[in-house]
Amino acid sequence: MADPIQWARYRWQRLISTEGGEGSSSSSSSNKCYQSSKTSGKHRIVIPCLGHFKEEYEKVSKLYMNNKIRTTKYTLLNFLPRNLFEQFHRVANLYFLFLVVLNWVPLVEAFQKEITMLPLIAVLTIIAVKDGLEDYSKYKMDKRINNLLTKVYSRKEKKYIDECWKNVNVGDFIRLSRNEIIPADMVLLYSSDPDGICYIETAGLDGETNLKQRQVVRGYSEQVSEIDPEKFSSRIECESPNNDLTRFRGFVEHSNKDRVGLSKENLLLRGCTVRNTEAVVGIVVYAGHETKAMLNNSGPHYKRSKLERKVNTDILWCVLLLILMCLTGAIGHGIWLSRYSEIPFFNIPEPDGKLISPTLAGFNMFWTMIILLQVLIPVSLYVSIEIVKLGQIYLIQNDIDFYHEKTDSTVQCRALNIAEDLGQIQYIFSDKTGTLTENKMVFRRCSIAGQEYCHEENAKRLESYQEVNSEDEDSADRQCGSSTHMSEWHGHNCSAVNEPLNRKSLHQLSGSYPAPGREDRAGDVPHSGHFAFSSPIETDVVPDTQLLEKFNQISSHSCQQSEEASSNLSLETMYITDFFLALAICNTVVVSVPNQPRKKVRRLSSLGRTPIKSLEEIRQMFQRFSVWRLSSSPLPSVKESSSESPSSFVSKLSIFRMKLASPALDGAVQGAAEPLNTDSPENSPVPQELDIVNAASPDEAALVHAARAYKCILQSRTPDQVTVDFAGLGSLTFQLLHILPFDSVRKRMSVVVRHPVSNSVVVYTKGADSVMMDLLRTASEEMEQKKIKERTQKHLDDYARRGLRTLCVAKKVLSDAEYAEWLNHHFLAETSIDNREVLLLESAIRLETELTLLGATGIEDRLQEGVPDTIQALRKAGIKIWMLTGDKRETAVNIAYACKLLEPDDRIFTLKSQSRDACALVMSKILEGIQKNTSAKKKPSQKLGNVFASPSTQAPGFSAGLVIDGRTLEHVLHDSLQNIFLELTEKCRAVVCCRATPLQKSVLVRLVRNKLKAMTLAVGDGANDVSMIQVADTGVGISGQEGMQAVMASDFAISQFRHLRKLLLVHGHWCYTRLTNMVLYFFYKNVAYVNLLFWYQFFCGFSGTSMTDYWILILFNLLFTSVPPIIYGVLDKDVPAEILMQLPQLYMMSQKSVAYLPSTFWMTLLDAFYQSLVCFFVPYFTYYGSDIDIFSFGNPINTAALFIILFHLLIECKSVVSTLFSEGILFYFVFTLAFGATFKTRNQPSNSYWIMEKHMTDPVFYLVCILTTCVALLPRCVSVL
Amino acid sequence: MAVNYSVKEEADGHPSGGVGVPGGGAVKTRKPDNTAFKQQRLPAWQPILTAGTVLPAFFIIGLIFIPIGIGIFVTSNNIREYEIDYTGTEPSSPCNKCLNVSWDSTTPCTCTINFTLEHSFESNVFMYYGLSNFYQNHRRYVKSRDDSQLNGDNSSLLNPSKECEPYRINEDKPIAPCGAIANSMFNDTLELYRIDNDTRIPITLIKKGIAWWTDKNVKFRNPTGDGNNLTALFQGTTKPVNWPKPVYMLDSEPDNNGFINEDFIVWMRTAALPTFRKLYRLIERKNNLQPTLQAGKYSLDIAYNYPVHSFDGRKRMILSTISWMGGKNPFLGIAYITVGSICFFLGVVLLIIHHKYGNRNTSADIPN
Repeated sequence: MADPIQWARYRWQRLISTEGGEGSSSSSSSNKCYQSSKTSGKHRIVIPCLGHFKEEYEKVSKLYMNNKIRTTKYTLLNFLPRNLFEQFHRVANLYFLFLVVLNWVPLVEAFQKEITMLPLIAVLTIIAVKDGLEDYSKYKMDKRINNLLTKVYSRKEKKYIDECWKNVNVGDFIRLSRNEIIPADMVLLYSSDPDGICYIETAGLDGETNLKQRQVVRGYSEQVSEIDPEKFSSRIECESPNNDLTRFRGFVEHSNKDRVGLSKENLLLRGCTVRNTEAVVGIVVYAGHETKAMLNNSGPHYKRSKLERKVNTDILWCVLLLILMCLTGAIGHGIWLSRYSEIPFFNIPEPDGKLISPTLAGFNMFWTMIILLQVLIPVSLYVSIEIVKLGQIYLIQNDIDFYHEKTDSTVQCRALNIAEDLGQIQYIFSDKTGTLTENKMVFRRCSIAGQEYCHEENAKRLESYQEVNSEDEDSADRQCGSSTHMSEWHGHNCSAVNEPLNRKSLHQLSGSYPAPGREDRAGDVPHSGHFAFSSPIETDVVPDTQLLEKFNQISSHSCQQSEEASSNLSLETMYITDFFLALAICNTVVVSVPNQPRKKVRRLSSLGRTPIKSLEEIRQMFQRFSVWRLSSSPLPSVKESSSESPSSFVSKLSIFRMKLASPALDGAVQGAAEPLNTDSPENSPVPQELDIVNAASPDEAALVHAARAYKCILQSRTPDQVTVDFAGLGSLTFQLLHILPFDSVRKRMSVVVRHPVSNSVVVYTKGADSVMMDLLRTASEEMEQKKIKERTQKHLDDYARRGLRTLCVAKKVLSDAEYAEWLNHHFLAETSIDNREVLLLESAIRLETELTLLGATGIEDRLQEGVPDTIQALRKAGIKIWMLTGDKRETAVNIAYACKLLEPDDRIFTLKSQSRDACALVMSKILEGIQKNTSAKKKPSQKLGNVFASPSTQAPGFSAGLVIDGRTLEHVLHDSLQNIFLELTEKCRAVVCCRATPLQKSVLVRLVRNKLKAMTLAVGDGANDVSMIQVADTGVGISGQEGMQAVMASDFAISQFRHLRKLLLVHGHWCYTRLTNMVLYFFYKNVAYVNLLFWYQFFCGFSGTSMTDYWILILFNLLFTSVPPIIYGVLDKDVPAEILMQLPQLYMMSQKSVAYLPSTFWMTLLDAFYQSLVCFFVPYFTYYGSDIDIFSFGNPINTAALFIILFHLLIECKSVVSTLFSEGILFYFVFTLAFGATFKTRNQPSNSYWIMEKHMTDPVFYLVCILTTCVALLPRCVSVL
Repeated sequence: MAVNYSVKEEADGHPSGGVGVPGGGAVKTRKPDNTAFKQQRLPAWQPILTAGTVLPAFFIIGLIFIPIGIGIFVTSNNIREYEIDYTGTEPSSPCNKCLNVSWDSTTPCTCTINFTLEHSFESNVFMYYGLSNFYQNHRRYVKSRDDSQLNGDNSSLLNPSKECEPYRINEDKPIAPCGAIANSMFNDTLELYRIDNDTRIPITLIKKGIAWWTDKNVKFRNPTGDGNNLTALFQGTTKPVNWPKPVYMLDSEPDNNGFINEDFIVWMRTAALPTFRKLYRLIERKNNLQPTLQAGKYSLDIAYNYPVHSFDGRKRMILSTISWMGGKNPFLGIAYITVGSICFFLGVVLLIIHHKYGNRNTSADIPN
């Protein structure tokens, strides 16, 4: 235990001394001025809030936020003003405010002043209530979080006391135990772990469930006892709060001016959970809203859908129509007035007795008309759209077909208002890894020292396993009784895919286990993300016999020999050993069991006493019993002989347990694991610790598992050392000097270790072959190396052709001097605050040169379930699909074929040009070729196809695919070539872009979106897809293995690519048609209704009289006819889901906006005009010349209008629960009757007292209503036929 | 979980309750409920408009509408109606002399118009006055009244609503009833005589029962106070400008005087269209032996007070019997017959089309 710490201290002290040697005096003086500038500027100083720093603390920390959070927008006091202020940012609301104000002008006042406010108030209230409820739930959440308890060090009581989160301040010391949530960003000062490590789970932050290591600040880790806050006299200086989760820079300055650099490894982030660590102590550096988690918390975002934009233009048309109608009214009134030579007495003068000129009266009338006809602009439309969208989203989220059992996740709609855009997608831009594929890496092949090992047994095993599984899958589905039609339409793909392997194995294994707790367990497992990588059958690799043989040679060889003997081994065996060591070491994989206190185990393993038999192996054994078809592979040999006594004890122990468990063989896996977990005494080293591999990327996990298959087992990893159980050599503990993490610029990662055997510094590097090949040792004398390089390259190309992901593994041996020199530079880079990234990058590049190639690996990333079918269906739906991937060309093309993006008889054009001009030339040539090809085909098909360029309408028999790589993409994306490129892509049925950077992805999406004016959808799962997801009209994130960044940036999050099919084809179609129909209906409804008033103006001297009571007039829209269209918008199904799934072609209807063409809008208005004419003139002629009074005249008109409008909806909608329609009618009659019976003296204007009651007994009223309704709806009925 | 709840929960609507319970407990599955509503499998009535459902509808509508239309048409035709225009714009008209009367003329201009009824009016006869080109539905005119005053509210009586302007206060006294409608109340007096061998037999005109019952008994009320003396009750108010006498002198009978005068109530119910009629009197059938108005000569005595010439208005007197559907109105019957015929015709046409191209219809159902 002491060893690595000693060494770290040594290294540390050495560095300090070199720095100090250069000039301690100058540094301290420069420090001072540096500090003063920092306090005011971009750095933050954290001082413990304890006695001896009291004054300074108060001075510095005054401005820092405390840990109380408030995510609410409003407070009780400012809710009303602020909410109103925000609502009046909407133009529609301003319009209504304008109307209200207008109605207060006495000259133009049309309604009672209060009535005009009604719609506005209604809209404002609904929205305010919605906002208020949202805010209230946030408030409750805040309160709950603010009042969580944590242990904060209290100076008074000299101990840690419970304190609410909200009372935590910057500079406080906090002590956390296992499984507690971190209340604020803090620098880790103490961990109960002897190596100063703390494991945290960041699921709350980014959804990644693998454990991450955090490290105690250097210099504190050697403290054996818990840190005493009273004695903490250092100050911490770090950067100002920012939202970069992956970065933290700063240093601790001790009282003696010594500085220790801080990095994100030292920072515990708010919202994460402490795991596997008994206790930690940290000092708060950022609190409350200044924590990185809170700064990252941006809330749902709002996009404006295409449909909404269109609605807005149509609303402008309505405004135009309104103005036109008002002008008619104004001019009509002017003419009407001027016809009279002397003013008639029914035209009452103004209150002051004066009469105004017809022109002025006409002008006033214009405004009056605007108030009167205001309903033409559908206020309620906006509110209704919002409500309908919420309803649609609700239904999408509750669709059981989107439920993915393995991850226990279903679709998430993060953007609330672009659901209908899903129905109009023309282009899909898809990432490959993790989106089309499962991103579950399975080690398939490797090439070591130019020799290929193709692992055929492994491949066979995997295939047979899949078969077994797919059979199970079907039956299990039936048992589960989950929605039957779903399995119907994708049931047939099952054979191509491996479905929930784990669920299956669990089912199989725990089938007869009696405990009821089983089910919970099964439900729990998927929730923890390691699941995917720890599934034994998938990750387990059956060794290649040839390689195993060679390997066994080495181990047996080395077993007998002394340590130095290893150097005498043949070069090839050297390579093999190093290769597997690199696979095991060169990663960031953590081996752990989440529920197990690491402490005890760690101690033992760091002492070199390694358990030999992992639960993994026990599990495997059982697996082979139960899944008999898999037993073709040999049982792993138990290699007890090579281990020392403690481990053999362990093995006996575990075998003993195994025997105990064997009667319940079916439940063995979990059954064996659990007793071990629960009753494992403190003193027993628990073997299942090795069970779970926490890898940041699935590739790494796959490699570690591959290495394990060859008995090169990664046993533990701490910041300072890695223990590998190497078959022949026993347990090797490597001092881990550095990890140079992966980044997209270098495309590789390295570890620097001190080899325990040779005691030299070794760099292991793995990375993409394109970059690695350039870094290899080029010294010409090494013929061997050159040959290896060539052969490996050949293998790599072959792997890529097979669609495998390739990685090169290389190593480099450094002399101590070389290392020391590099270390110097590196340390400078590490401690610098401002330029750190760049410096670190440079430092890494400096190290990764002159590498010796060890070999290459080919990892398979299998296609997700149903991907080819989905792609075919989407393509049939007229959607063009582009695949944008960072992978190499061969891999990408291969996957494209596999997922039917490219068909075998497609002509593939590959763009690969070094210069822009060449690129242009190639493209025009291809275009020419295509043109020739298509012109040879029949003309008519082209005519059809060109508008939307959908592949299905292109000439049959010819289809082209375009493959383009990143470097060429750069040329192509240049302004001058964009157009020709797009023209070319329109001719191709699929485009595959490989080696594309995230930036290029987003540029491509933007290009298509802007230039082709197409609706784009980007789907991806990783951080590299975020930019493209954000740029696209609709971003879909796949919540997969690579964390939550893509999901966080997306508008919709799904768990499987195949869900896209239903999401687009069914829900997209539905949402779109529902919403368009509803919007059109709203336009129709308002125009039809308002025109009734308009026609009346011709018979009342354009004086702005309404023949309906104002209340009813206003409520007509707000109450009687508002609910049915909303229900219609949420629930209507024009085509059943099954048909939509079976006939993807139907998608084109919504894609091309068939339901909402400009002509549709005008046809709707025309129909509205017709209906309003009928609705007005039938009663008009009926009552012409009779003694009818205004409201008695208006009542049948209004009633008929209600019937017409509701029955119109009934005709329009394809399937709606009919009872809902009676609502409007019933409501109307109840209201008007009640209204007629009360308010006998309601003052102005002459009221509708008792009119409805009287009409109810009048047969003519019914006759008029029936006739009007029939005549008005007749054309629509006929046209529907 | 603790930090990004606002993102997650708003998005997926599943509040994760796990903030206070770190890592513990059984995690609820997020699997959506398999209910008919959530999976959008609600039983729905599908009003699919296909030839099969619509064609019968057309025939049924046609078959129902045509008889109704015929019924209405016959009823309407059985209604007796007689109309006299007594505006007097034609120089030959006896009322021509009165054409230019004004509101403030003190002596009434009277004229007599003789007419002959060709057919006898068998049932009760309603006597209307009709006005044309009179925009009683003008927005500001309609508003110019105070319903609470008319309902007998004492405070409104003395302080009428502002809507009555400029007919609210006259000579510092509140006008009762205020407003333009009341002010312009129809004030011609019509009297009907049957001429039987040169003797004028007056026909009894009943002036009560012409207003809506609810108007007379609920909506309109005289002011309340001590005693029933309307003159005292209307103390402090003044008559509308155009009226010759105050409101409490509209009639001699106390239950038809003041605001509850039925002529007044009828006038206050503003007409919907510029050409309208208003009920003036009732002529009840006396006995079963005689028709209410037998065919023959009649004369109409008019006290011509109401000036309509200034706005090209017309004045008419209408005698009409009524049926269950009100007055004479051929439109509704014709409309029903027409619509019924059209529906029937359409049904036939569509049936033919459906029969001929029947196959096309079924295939067109899916893409729609």
